Amino acid sequence: MSTLRKSLVLHGAVIAGLFALQFVLPEYHNTNVARIMVLAVYALGYNVLLGYTGLMSLGHAMFFAAGMYGAGLPIYYLEFSAGAGLLTGVACGLLLAFLFGLLALRTTGVAFLIVSLMFAQALYLATLYFNEITLGDQGFIVKAAPLAGIGFHEPALKYNAALVLFAAALLGCLALRLSPIGRVLTGIRENEERTRLLGYNSFLYKLLAVVVSGGLSAAAGGTYAILFSYVGSTFASILFSIYPLLWTLLGGAGTLLGPLLGTSLMFYLVDFASEWTSAYLLVVGAALVVLVLWFPLGFLGWVRTRWLAWLP
Amino acid sequence: MSDFTRRQTLKTLGALAGAATIPSVFAQPKGKPIRIGFQVHRTGIGAVYGRWYERTTAAAVKMINDAGGIAGRPVEIVAEDDGTDPKRGPEVVEKLARQHKVDFVYGTLFSHVVIASAPRAGELKIPYFVVSEGYHVASGKMNRYVLQPGITDVRAQVTAMSSWVLDKLGKKVTMIYPDYAFGYDHRDFFAQAAKKHGGQVIERLAIPPTESSFTKYFARVPKETEVLYHVMVGPGVLTFVKEMGEHFGKKRPQIFGFIDSLEGVNLATPGLDYLEGTYFWEAFPRYAEANTPAFVQEYRKRVGVNESGASVNDPKDVSTYSHMFGCWETLHVIKQAVEKSGYRDPTQKDYRALIEYLESVKEFPEGPAHPQGRKVFDGKLHQCYGHQYVSRVEGKKLKTVHRTSIEDSRYEPEADYTKQSF
Amino acid sequence: MLALTALGLSLVFGVMRIVNVAHGEFFMLGAVLAWFCTSLVESPLGGFVFALVAAPLVVGAVAWAADGLILRRVDYNPEATIVATIGLLYIIQQAVLTLYGPDARPVAPPVYFKIDFPWFGYSGYKLVVAGISACLLGATWWLLTRTTLGLYMRAAQQDLEMAQAMGVPARRVYAMVFALGAMLAAAAGVLVVPIQQAHYLMGLDPLLLSFIVVILGGLGSVKGTLVAAFVVGLSDGIVSVFFSPTLAKIVATLLVAVVLIVRPTGLFGTSKA
Repeated sequence: MSTLRKSLVLHGAVIAGLFALQFVLPEYHNTNVARIMVLAVYALGYNVLLGYTGLMSLGHAMFFAAGMYGAGLPIYYLEFSAGAGLLTGVACGLLLAFLFGLLALRTTGVAFLIVSLMFAQALYLATLYFNEITLGDQGFIVKAAPLAGIGFHEPALKYNAALVLFAAALLGCLALRLSPIGRVLTGIRENEERTRLLGYNSFLYKLLAVVVSGGLSAAAGGTYAILFSYVGSTFASILFSIYPLLWTLLGGAGTLLGPLLGTSLMFYLVDFASEWTSAYLLVVGAALVVLVLWFPLGFLGWVRTRWLAWLP
Repeated sequence: MSDFTRRQTLKTLGALAGAATIPSVFAQPKGKPIRIGFQVHRTGIGAVYGRWYERTTAAAVKMINDAGGIAGRPVEIVAEDDGTDPKRGPEVVEKLARQHKVDFVYGTLFSHVVIASAPRAGELKIPYFVVSEGYHVASGKMNRYVLQPGITDVRAQVTAMSSWVLDKLGKKVTMIYPDYAFGYDHRDFFAQAAKKHGGQVIERLAIPPTESSFTKYFARVPKETEVLYHVMVGPGVLTFVKEMGEHFGKKRPQIFGFIDSLEGVNLATPGLDYLEGTYFWEAFPRYAEANTPAFVQEYRKRVGVNESGASVNDPKDVSTYSHMFGCWETLHVIKQAVEKSGYRDPTQKDYRALIEYLESVKEFPEGPAHPQGRKVFDGKLHQCYGHQYVSRVEGKKLKTVHRTSIEDSRYEPEADYTKQSF
Repeated sequence: MLALTALGLSLVFGVMRIVNVAHGEFFMLGAVLAWFCTSLVESPLGGFVFALVAAPLVVGAVAWAADGLILRRVDYNPEATIVATIGLLYIIQQAVLTLYGPDARPVAPPVYFKIDFPWFGYSGYKLVVAGISACLLGATWWLLTRTTLGLYMRAAQQDLEMAQAMGVPARRVYAMVFALGAMLAAAAGVLVVPIQQAHYLMGLDPLLLSFIVVILGGLGSVKGTLVAAFVVGLSDGIVSVFFSPTLAKIVATLLVAVVLIVRPTGLFGTSKA
């Protein structure tokens, strides 16, 4: 089987599996998986930048928040429909990512990381500063009008809306990965100088990656606001920029399914750990250290080097 | 920490049980327990409050169980940490409701966690009792399943205080508050009330939540300020108060603060000396006084605080006295509601009866179940209203100088939950 | 004080070319240990001096261990280091929360007097802090420019391979730099507790501030870090007088980002990337 066919089959199977899962999962885990899928889209977006382009950001919460506020505010104040809200959210994310990319891509490595952190911090503070509109850290409740007569409180709609988003994001990333553009991005990750010498404008390609990454994160943020009914500045804070980094690294940066795997593992790790100890932060911290020491490629990265070299 | 706390609380309770030699006249509670999910801030910025919320809850549950439980059934608390995080909050509500299958969810304090969690509680159709003092339940933005029957909301507190502050301390007010939802409630509702009483807010200073040094803000307090109105939360509060003292020295304006600035902080801490003679709002006087009623003494003993409002085991461990009584009272409200509405199982029918019963309640009388005092309950707003206190710092202690009437704290209602469907 | 924390970060940053996200936690550890030390000793002054000696040593040891157990094993790879130090941040925070509790605990200042200016009062202790900070900064400066260790550090910073070839024990130097950076942060933590309180979440704010200072000052440049610390410290106060503080912070963070974009080596940095 060709690599392409194998990838399509694998990812199709994952999506089909997730679809089937909703009929067997107990209620509690049903909503959890819906949450995980939305957050995994956020991690996928992050992965486009870190895994495929090799740029590490510590400010992705700003894109997530742009999508969240971009979707939440018009729904709250102007009574936009869920769809229109999501579109505005994604548009906000894309615009922000474009502007951010234009400025920040003049730097690389650690400087890029700090620039992203600073921009994200500025946006976080802005959500507090304009509290008359954003309601600051307290946030507000988003009640989107029902979609085709079904309210967003219905578990089936929640789950399947999250699944549609996730499937679209996953297949989109797969397409990007296998396209010529994806190969150029990988080239930039491996050796930017050489890619440039081959005649590619690496700046434009990186800008594209930032925009795609920001757009995906914003889509996740907007969907999160609509499905889980809440918008608040926590989602713009530094900690929320660190999460996708963790999820991606845990699952395996540069693999397509890594973000989903990492997000799920982390979610349930915290969920289980918090049952027998309130010291679950310790578990999270220890997990990170262990990961870096023994599994620097993440779970799927490790699988790839050992068995499945073709894994995208 | 929590393990330690729980053990310590249990020890305290054990000691108390030993000391109280009155034999229990009630039958041991029997049957399937009433399970109450407790969304608690064990970590994160709310951890100091969370610890005392847990202790108060443990004490109230012990008292309820010793007196025969709720409707003859024992009460069981299922606690889960939410990290004071609005992201984790709704996940915890979900877990309590669906995995632990509790009867009710209860106990959230920080308002951003409440607001993030409330929609999910409404979707899951499980009664959600918050102990938050935020102006969110009464604003009408929650849903029919969210109630706050054990603690007065901040808008009511501010409204009740405003007339006293403006009449007794001065008309020109500078406000210092956290750039934080909790602060906006003060900013908006005090300014509103000030207008009504002929006062004026001449400067508003919002302080970002991550701030750790405050001197520069005091430079912006106008010279003609007659009253400095301050309210701060979080770990920086002590610094804030100290630096306020350093800045103003002896030529200070009148100072009025919300005790939130010093919840969990000993007033005898060095550097706080200058607070002598300033005033504080308290929901419930932290320092025991000569006229403290017997049922309040009993409450203090059971939750394990000494006459200064600190832990009996560790005098350095000062309680969050003006908030934690809400846990005690809310649990007693749950007891009353379950017994009076005939609630048995977590079904929609029983939930409905319970909420409709509570909406019909007009007041909770003062007594062992409601030590902070009588509460008026507004069924349409799902919110209760109680007395508030003004205390003056005298000899490094707080001495109450004024108790407001419940009517002082009322405002125009903006909502009616009874019109919402279940 | 700000200068101390920032300098610690800058050292680690500059010499080892890694970002230590747990740096703020070393600051916090210093503060918490200071509370611990002063509660052991009766007199405030004795306790404070004890803390000022003991806390940095303990924190330095923690940092040394962290370096040997974690950082060395990932070969100081920048990305892996960031993730590992984030992990470290969580571990330290949780350990402190478990052992010390969630309270903000005050420490009595070793000296307490107040200077009354005509327009506002100023705590005398803050002047003491400034004095001690200056001494520590001076000592660090001396260490960097006048000792063999300093020579090694500068050599490692400029060209690691060459330095190794010349017989610089790079690993030991790295471990020492990391520990030294942590010690400076811890010393700052000790100095700050009588003003602020020791609290397990206190690390984040200084971390962000030191990031700003380090960037403005230029990575690894001691002189730049100092100048930037003063500028930031002063401007923060002055700007807040005219603008809303939140707005001031927004402007400041954006400014830092712009500086980094325009001059990646910082305002005072040399052009060695």
